[in-house]
Amino acid sequence: MFYRENGQFKTTYKSDQQVFAIPQDRWAILAIIAFAFLGIPLLVDEYIFRAILIPFLILSLAALGVNILVGYCGQITLGAGAFMAVGAYAAYNFLIRVSGMPALGAILLGGLTAAAVGIVFGIPSLRVRGLYLAVATLAAQFFCDWAFLRVKWFTNDSSSGSVSVADISLMGWTINSATDKYLFCLGILVVFSLMAKNLVRSAIGRQWMAIRDMDVAATVIGIRPMYAKLSAFAVSSFYVGVAGGLWGFVHLGSWEPAAFSIDRSFQLLFMVIIGGMGSIAGSFFGAAFIVILPIFLNQMLPLIGGLFGLEVSIALVAHVEIMVFGALIIFFLIVEPHGIARLWSTGREKLRLWPFPH
Amino acid sequence: MSFFLETLLGGLMSGMLYSLVALGFVLIYKASGVFNFAQGAMVLFAALSMARFSEWIPEWLGMDNLLMANLLAIVVSVVVMFAVAWLIERLVLRHLVNQEGATLLMATLGIGYFLDGLGQTVFGSDIYKIDVGMPKEPVMMLESVFEGGILINKEDFVAALISAMLVLALTIFFQKTSTGRALRAVADDHQAAQSIGIPLGRIWVIVWCVAGITALVAGIIWGSKLGVQFSLQTVALRALPVVILGGLTSVPGAIIGGLIIGVGEKLSEVFLGPYVGGGIEIWFAYMLALMFLLFRPQGLFGEKIIYRD
Repeated sequence: MFYRENGQFKTTYKSDQQVFAIPQDRWAILAIIAFAFLGIPLLVDEYIFRAILIPFLILSLAALGVNILVGYCGQITLGAGAFMAVGAYAAYNFLIRVSGMPALGAILLGGLTAAAVGIVFGIPSLRVRGLYLAVATLAAQFFCDWAFLRVKWFTNDSSSGSVSVADISLMGWTINSATDKYLFCLGILVVFSLMAKNLVRSAIGRQWMAIRDMDVAATVIGIRPMYAKLSAFAVSSFYVGVAGGLWGFVHLGSWEPAAFSIDRSFQLLFMVIIGGMGSIAGSFFGAAFIVILPIFLNQMLPLIGGLFGLEVSIALVAHVEIMVFGALIIFFLIVEPHGIARLWSTGREKLRLWPFPH
Repeated sequence: MSFFLETLLGGLMSGMLYSLVALGFVLIYKASGVFNFAQGAMVLFAALSMARFSEWIPEWLGMDNLLMANLLAIVVSVVVMFAVAWLIERLVLRHLVNQEGATLLMATLGIGYFLDGLGQTVFGSDIYKIDVGMPKEPVMMLESVFEGGILINKEDFVAALISAMLVLALTIFFQKTSTGRALRAVADDHQAAQSIGIPLGRIWVIVWCVAGITALVAGIIWGSKLGVQFSLQTVALRALPVVILGGLTSVPGAIIGGLIIGVGEKLSEVFLGPYVGGGIEIWFAYMLALMFLLFRPQGLFGEKIIYRD
């Protein structure tokens, strides 16, 4: 079956407004989701779950959030790690301070708290843009780093801000094995991605994009910049906060503020830029790239060193890893500044014309 | 009183070092509109190269003259930083002309990662020391003015002197030489500069070279104070609020902003810190910058424009 949309006529409003208008796309997405739910748990071992798949899912969710802010609303943020931290610690506090609080409820409330904090730190975006805003969001990063390290109330009086959460459960389903955790994260990610996909093509998403493309023009046609920008901050921080809660509760189990340091913020921004700004699929590509690359380099470098008869020490691997990571990022930015999502859409364009490109 | 003065002076000294790093930011931003997140990595790289070459050169040449070794090491490090600047223009910036700000920002982050990795691969990752013969012993001052006097490191004084000289040299370079004028022309308007025949590519190399030299000076001073180690790299993040406070396009702003931030950090840590649990100097500078952004977005000395991107 060719990947083609000619001959497919949209005869109803419903079919015109579908999320995935082309049936091939729709079936492909459904097949991927079904495979992710049913196929992968049978095929993959514990190490891959813990090292690759669970981080990938959670960071994709965070990247989605950052992409809503950076890619769709055009507000650069370097404080995503801070909102992850807010989400994680708020969820922790809801869990231990409110008796009978379900874990999922705590994570969602953590996300809401992150949204509130995001609105506060989004206020400078009403005055400044671009790089200045990036620095303003760095303030959020450093303030949160400090707050969770020093203010004992947030961490239930634990030293050095490290907290831990026992196995969580969802309506009688105890999530403790790697497969359970994977399925839990996957479920949340699917729901949230669908929500994001619909949000960005709704009225509010169009407002964000109008603000991103030219805010003066957007104001002229009656979009309130304050509402649009702050709502983007809120939604983005909610996503990132939920991802932070999942990262703490599901992936790490016990964590300290360093888990959400500034490097995490940079990492999330890298995901968005490399994956593709203003693209839902791009968030997934970017997250996959950033999660898999270090593991790949870690495995490959000793092998490559071995080929040339070199003894590669662990420290050297770590340094060369950073080096190659930086070089690859530059390479990617030069070759495809619009990210992997653009490659993907070019590929789809080619596929549409195949096998007769002229 | 003497404690207050000591804190104040300590703040001024560290503020001056922030100014040095902030200067690197401002120079590159003015000339090319690139916000150089790799400045911290450049400081680390320069300091590492300085520390290691001053160790290696006596070994290679079999001499034990500290002064000669240090001078040679500085020369070699300057050459290294020039090479880095040239490579950055050649391999990265040239290919990213006319890209969005975010892309360029990411590219400099990539450069930063690369330099971090490269520096530690080539020069090693232990803690090294730079010994350029700075006087270490503290001196008492103003004993006649009030009781006890204040304790000052001679090293800090020398460092302040060196930075002041660097700033003076940069000012002369920018105001008096033809290259400096070309740099200012590019900073004002890329297209106009290009249309009167100023080669943009070469100007960018020169600017990155100058930033490399300020990185080297900052690296030597910080390195001889605290030792050369990976944490030196975070100094760029400490210096970021400085440029916001002073204005991204203003050299005097970078210096005065640095001093304000340095003093503010130290004073707030000493007098405010104990009430909220300490360690507030990390975010105090950022909060100060945030306040400035809200009420005076162009910074102290920046050019007033309605929109800033």
